[in-house]
Amino acid sequence: MQISLWKLFISFLKIGAFTFGGGYAMIPLFEREFVHRYKYIKEEDFTDILVICQSLPGVIAVNFAVYIGMTLRGKKGAFVSGFGMILPSFVIIMTIAAFLYRFVEHEAVVAVFQGVRVAVVVLIFSAGLKFLKQNFHFRGIFLAFLTFTLIAIVYVHPFFVIGLLGVLGYLIHIISGVSHHADDNA
Amino acid sequence: MLMTMLSLFVTFVGIGAVAFGGGYAMLPLFERMIVDTHGWLTMTEFLDMLAIAQVTPGPISINSATFIGFQINSVIGAAIATTGLVLVPVILVSLISTNAERFKKSTFAQGIFVGLRPAFVGLIFASVYSVAFDAYVDVYSVLLFIVLFVLLKVFKMHPIFVIFISAIAGYIIYI
Repeated sequence: MQISLWKLFISFLKIGAFTFGGGYAMIPLFEREFVHRYKYIKEEDFTDILVICQSLPGVIAVNFAVYIGMTLRGKKGAFVSGFGMILPSFVIIMTIAAFLYRFVEHEAVVAVFQGVRVAVVVLIFSAGLKFLKQNFHFRGIFLAFLTFTLIAIVYVHPFFVIGLLGVLGYLIHIISGVSHHADDNA
Repeated sequence: MLMTMLSLFVTFVGIGAVAFGGGYAMLPLFERMIVDTHGWLTMTEFLDMLAIAQVTPGPISINSATFIGFQINSVIGAAIATTGLVLVPVILVSLISTNAERFKKSTFAQGIFVGLRPAFVGLIFASVYSVAFDAYVDVYSVLLFIVLFVLLKVFKMHPIFVIFISAIAGYIIYI
């Protein structure tokens, strides 16, 4: 049975509205909704779709929504899914942004944000450690260190560094051949 | 204002087109473009924006784009920034979803990822490096970092609670 556009929209709206912690936190919810609950997508296809969405630039959750929408209901499906995914963020953030700057001078708010800034750095740092663990081999560490040095120390624009690393990766890949793949797929 | 809107759109289209690796790996791009190049937010405002983007539901980069756009020109700015961010990726996804098999086998797609995967690590640590100067103002913030890190990593506390605790700690320490 075909999923209705409305159901598709509501599914993504729900996940977008109630998942805290960014796109990665949404992956188990996508799986529960589309693989286990409605069985619109097979387990092995789900993993493939996820890999493709992570291999493309952009917002992983939105990429996923558009992919699923496109697969199940074509262009209209892609549109309602992507829109459903973005809408909650859009409304919530604008509401907060509209009120925030009335209180920003208040000394209690200043104090609270001073503490929260530390937590933000902790969260980014820990995301970095997680990715580092997945790339914990000589080449991975070397390329990560190269990226860090170029951006943070030499102050090269991240646009160029991303391009450079893509080209380097491609060259390494064609020179080293297929046999060295295993360690990249961690 | 028209020029600012145009430049907002172009900036976010550019970020969206090269932002591999999701929300956290995008941060250096956001920071360089929003804080350094255009001066739309100060470094402190940028950090506060990130805090809000993390404690609210939804993808962090969508939250950030909406927030930045809204700061510049209300609802229209928010819509322009968010649409810009997803534009290129959405087109790519639509094209690839109908050719998934070919994409998976492509040497080019596999190859660039040999470089891009470690690049995410470097990108994320580059963000940590630059935001840390703004967040770590005294010895209390360093101590708070250690406590929060242990809560997150050792006690596996949910990030939302980690942020909640940091807010209480901030109130107690700095009021």
